Amino acid sequence: MTGLDIWMRENPLTYVWLGSYAFALLIFVVELVLVRHKRKLTLEQIRLLREAGEED
Amino acid sequence: MAINWFKYSAPSTFYALAGKLIPWFAISAAMMFAVGLYIGFFVAPVDYQQGEFYRIIFIHVPASILSMFLYLVMAVYAALGLIFNTRLSAMMATAIAPTGALFAFISLWTGALWGKPMWGAWWVWDARLTSELILLFLYLGYMALHSSIDDPRRADRASALLAIVGSVNVPIIYFSVKWWNTLHQGSTIKFSGTTMHVAMQQAMFIMLAACWLYAIAVVLARVRSVILERERQTKWVAELPEVRA
Repeated sequence: MTGLDIWMRENPLTYVWLGSYAFALLIFVVELVLVRHKRKLTLEQIRLLREAGEED
Repeated sequence: MAINWFKYSAPSTFYALAGKLIPWFAISAAMMFAVGLYIGFFVAPVDYQQGEFYRIIFIHVPASILSMFLYLVMAVYAALGLIFNTRLSAMMATAIAPTGALFAFISLWTGALWGKPMWGAWWVWDARLTSELILLFLYLGYMALHSSIDDPRRADRASALLAIVGSVNVPIIYFSVKWWNTLHQGSTIKFSGTTMHVAMQQAMFIMLAACWLYAIAVVLARVRSVILERERQTKWVAELPEVRA
């Protein structure tokens, strides 16, 4: 038995919380940040295109 | 009063509708997650065989179900785009893929975390696990193929074919525990009933609803960016307040 095996059997709730739920939450947060970032970038690109069009 | 549903298949109308719906889905998802986690960790009893480790089920099962359903939804949208040449369908398929891939990844990750204390291994080349891994690769393949073609309409058509062909993997994942001898346990909840404790069922179904609501909110948010990107030359995009600001 490795140290991790012993630790997970002694702290099952911490193992479940950190490994599954905190990790899933982190993934959701990263996804939300990326979606917001993408929207910001897209809007900036459209504004730049619009400004370039107006100058022409 | 009859509602003209076809009106919402136009990107300009759907963009506004999605913007109004996102906060409702996001707030409902957050509330459902809070209730589901509370029941899952403080109300549901300890399992007599698996101890506390079974509580991974409340994220593992919803993530697995979502990864399969989202793939089917993505394939249906891709097929609609391919057959009817509807712009919004292809955009929806593109927006669903990353969320589906993340749910497939969460399913595999939490499955590994559950497998270690129960089976003594993080991973085994079991039919259920392998077919779920193939699902993740199908999502990644869909996204890679789509982004490798510059023309969005051609990218939509090529990746739609991959999505449709890949959908054959979904029933394989679902029935793998019946068709082959696998280490993975069979379905706990069946049409004939279940032996699960009522609090465990409640937590699982609430978490499933929370994951659905989250997926809808994030897909709607992503599709708004896709719509803006693809329709950037149109007049209605130029007139949007967020573009004019």
